[in-house]
Amino acid sequence: MMSSLPLADLSDLFLRFLMLSLLSIGGAMSTAPEMHRFLVAERGWLDDAEFTTAIALAQAAPGPNVLFVPVLGFQVAGVLGAAAALLGILLPSTLLSLGVSRWGAQRRDAPVVRAFTAGLAPVSVGLVFATGWLLSLPFIAAPDHRLGALALIAATMVVTLKTRLAPIWMIVVGATVGALGGV
Amino acid sequence: MTPAAPDHPRPRSPLHLFIAFTVLALQGFGGVLAVAQRELVDRRRWMTREEFVDAYSVAQLLPGPNVVNLSLMLGDRFFGWRGAFAAISGMLLAPLVLVIVLAASYNQLAGFPAVAGALRGMGAVAAGLILAMALKMLGTLRRNPLGPVLCALLGLTTLVAVTVFRAPLAWVVIGLGTAGWCIARWCIARREHGR
Repeated sequence: MMSSLPLADLSDLFLRFLMLSLLSIGGAMSTAPEMHRFLVAERGWLDDAEFTTAIALAQAAPGPNVLFVPVLGFQVAGVLGAAAALLGILLPSTLLSLGVSRWGAQRRDAPVVRAFTAGLAPVSVGLVFATGWLLSLPFIAAPDHRLGALALIAATMVVTLKTRLAPIWMIVVGATVGALGGV
Repeated sequence: MTPAAPDHPRPRSPLHLFIAFTVLALQGFGGVLAVAQRELVDRRRWMTREEFVDAYSVAQLLPGPNVVNLSLMLGDRFFGWRGAFAAISGMLLAPLVLVIVLAASYNQLAGFPAVAGALRGMGAVAAGLILAMALKMLGTLRRNPLGPVLCALLGLTTLVAVTVFRAPLAWVVIGLGTAGWCIARWCIARREHGR
């Protein structure tokens, strides 16, 4: 872990992630299997446990899930590796998104563009429900603290829908309840 | 994306945008999307719910992390590329430093059961935040040109494809998104024809 990598390997990592960026439709997580193939199977820079740890850490820390990518880079080659991985995965997709959103904003009222956002909206809502369901599943599947976790999920939903409380306070409550063994 | 109505609050400067996105990113345990909706729509009112769903739909279909694409679009709308840069930096910089520090000290932390418990508690709250957000997004479909039946059909198909069949996200978004787009074109054309 954190061995320094020759510059040639570092630029190799950067270029590989640059290509993956354009394939990461639906988020960076969709390219995780491909990253695993490259970093673990092909190059042997990381082992399975290190790869899984990177994803778990990024989930546990605040911020976008894409941050598992710089953690992978960090495990491979320290801070330089983190920078190469993050810039690689973000640069192409970001430039493309900027171009597309500007193009779309100018043609907002064209039927093609209106149909695009209208047709995708139900899919987006379905995906958010699916995400909520998949995130709740491990709590429903674990019998020992199922009730505590479900109560916490339900309480969060009620507070979110009925008040304008900032989410960080709900997170603090969840962490406290969890640290005391309630979940 | 529609520009904000004149009476809509808006960020004062790229720096304001940077700070707002830092604040929201640091609250985003287990995903930033629900927090972004809460902060940008409910609390700061820089976007309406409909604008948020539109921007999110487009962000979803483009490659790259959805919330990063979403920040970029919002920042660009207010202050051009400077705003886009400010929003993305706010979204990524502070969490990046945190997660790298965490990765560097992971081996010392992993042994405490209270840490594992706290993480589970935070995970449950994250799940609740996402489900509440989904319920709020549901309301925005009321004005969708597809109408309630087609919306429900498309949304439920997506839900089942992802949760039951575990279909890869790219295929779901491209496949069902294209279907939704074609149906919507037909619905809009028919409505404008009938007018």
